[in-house]
Amino acid sequence: MLKLDNVHTFYGQIEALKGVSLEVHPGEIVTLIGANGAGKSTLLMTICGSPRATKGSVFFEGQDITHKPTHVIMQCGLAQVPEGRRIFPGLTVRENLQMGGFFADKARLETDLERVFTLFPRLKERRDQRGGTLSGGEQQMLAIGRGLMSRPNLLLLDEPSLGLAPIIIAQIFQILKEIREEGVTIFLVEQNAHRALQLADRGYVLENGRIVLADTGANLLANDEVRKAYLGG
Amino acid sequence: MRRVLPEALLAAVLTAVLAVPIFGLRIHVDGIDVSLDRTPTPVIVAVVVVFLLRLFQEPLRAGWARARLSITWQHPLADALRRTRRQPGYRALPWTLLLIAAVVWPFTASRGAVDIMTLALIYVMLGLGLNIVVGFAGLLVLGYAAFYAVGAYAYALLAQHFGLSFWLSLPIAGALAALTGFLLGLPVLRLRGDYLAIVTLGFGEITRLLLNNLNVLTGGPDGIGNIPRPTLFGLEFGRRASEGGATFHEFFGIDYSGEHAVIFLYLLGLALVVSILFVIDRLQRMPLGRAWEALREDEIACRSLGLNPTVIKLSALTLSAVFAGLAGAFFAARQGYINPESFTFIESAMVLAIVVLGGMGSQFGIMLAAIAITALPELAREFNEYRMLAFGLVMVLMMIWRPQGLVPAVRPRLELPERSEPAP
Repeated sequence: MLKLDNVHTFYGQIEALKGVSLEVHPGEIVTLIGANGAGKSTLLMTICGSPRATKGSVFFEGQDITHKPTHVIMQCGLAQVPEGRRIFPGLTVRENLQMGGFFADKARLETDLERVFTLFPRLKERRDQRGGTLSGGEQQMLAIGRGLMSRPNLLLLDEPSLGLAPIIIAQIFQILKEIREEGVTIFLVEQNAHRALQLADRGYVLENGRIVLADTGANLLANDEVRKAYLGG
Repeated sequence: MRRVLPEALLAAVLTAVLAVPIFGLRIHVDGIDVSLDRTPTPVIVAVVVVFLLRLFQEPLRAGWARARLSITWQHPLADALRRTRRQPGYRALPWTLLLIAAVVWPFTASRGAVDIMTLALIYVMLGLGLNIVVGFAGLLVLGYAAFYAVGAYAYALLAQHFGLSFWLSLPIAGALAALTGFLLGLPVLRLRGDYLAIVTLGFGEITRLLLNNLNVLTGGPDGIGNIPRPTLFGLEFGRRASEGGATFHEFFGIDYSGEHAVIFLYLLGLALVVSILFVIDRLQRMPLGRAWEALREDEIACRSLGLNPTVIKLSALTLSAVFAGLAGAFFAARQGYINPESFTFIESAMVLAIVVLGGMGSQFGIMLAAIAITALPELAREFNEYRMLAFGLVMVLMMIWRPQGLVPAVRPRLELPERSEPAP
């Protein structure tokens, strides 16, 4: 479904991704773990075309999307839940979600809204409240819901657990599971390696812009190096 | 008190230093003798006022806060108002009353007042137009007068060379301004914040200089005169009809009066403002309007949702230019004469001040501010010298007390009818 082939990305002179190849198959939850500055977010952003890969190529559903403009990429069945949530604080919950379905068929909008509200009942309670007044966890739910509004086949998540209480993180990961059961493929970038690997079918470990390990989630959880570096021994 | 007293003394001394050369000395010319008069009274008043305000700053502030709190939350009147506003039938009522008052008013007011209000209406149009880019889309555009000029010159030139009427020229002026906005936006909207402001500032100046120097086309600093007034379905408002035309007073069999033309212009301006308001209100409820606001709040999030920021910004700038073009054509029709002096940077700054003063994104606030900024200086002509001073003072005070503007923006929203189930 998603395939990266030897992708290099630069920020000016600095090479943030040094030849990354990975693959996500339909229906999977794949996670990418790594330390701060390993290039995790850069990798997600490169998929979306901002920054653009200088070398290598990105394929989505068999199409080469490496050189397409960001807004075109984001309209072809891919949704990104950006790092730090980035909801629209001045718009209401409902409007935030409507922004997510900006290019969707207007007739579908109400059904899609209901679907998000079923997944996140909290958002339904707060549908006319401004996004900025929600708690961190609710904002994350809103960001995920907004991403789902375009009915993506693949959902990219950048650190959904960032700055949230453990109980909220557990809820969010539970919901990710439900989303997968609805047929959405998930590619998850996380620092919270333990939880991410528990949830994921497969995982990649990124270090200094290179993939150093690739295995099933369970195997990575048991891996000694991973335990030492990311799971606290 | 021990802490406040030296501070207040310092403030008083500073005031004295500032006020003595401005208020305390006056040049007195008597024949060939020039002497300097000392006028201590205003200086003393200023020093005392500043000293006292500074000394009792804390209690004053606390009192102000308490007064505000009691008005906004505990007053039964406020509660009642809030409740009436909720009822759907009443929401349109104030607007309808306001519109009726605005239509009836010119028939009772003096000719001069109506004329000034017509000018204010032009600024309302400009303010509403600029509000789209500055208030909704959050783009700081400092060369708005350029689009205004395009509209005005479009009508003036079309009338001069092709004899087109105001009504035919109005949409053309709007379209030409839109084209200018679009062409400017293509390269410029890649810039952000300050850079966008600088480039648009430059664009405004370039436009003015072009108008000033393209003598062949625009008449240069002499401008274009004899611009025909708008007609009412072909009826003219002059004393005598031009060749093949008919006049308003003859058609209706009433005596000629110069006031007819003034009132007609005012009503025409009002109609334009109402239609612009209507269009903007619709836009705001459309996905496009929401996209403008979303873009202002978070551009990266917008991109992650597949929106193309350049296209959305371009639509905001183009639409806003249309309204400036319409206002420009109306301005040219009202003046009957235009020259580049009417489209200087001050004009752009005034419109921006109206938007900031009224409250970014708030239509009603902008109307109030436009009327205040254009009408008040006309009413208080004696204080003309202090106009800029007062203007600056108002701006500073606004930034301290109401940075969100006179009437802060209230976003339109739809409320679902309350269900019978208890609220969570």
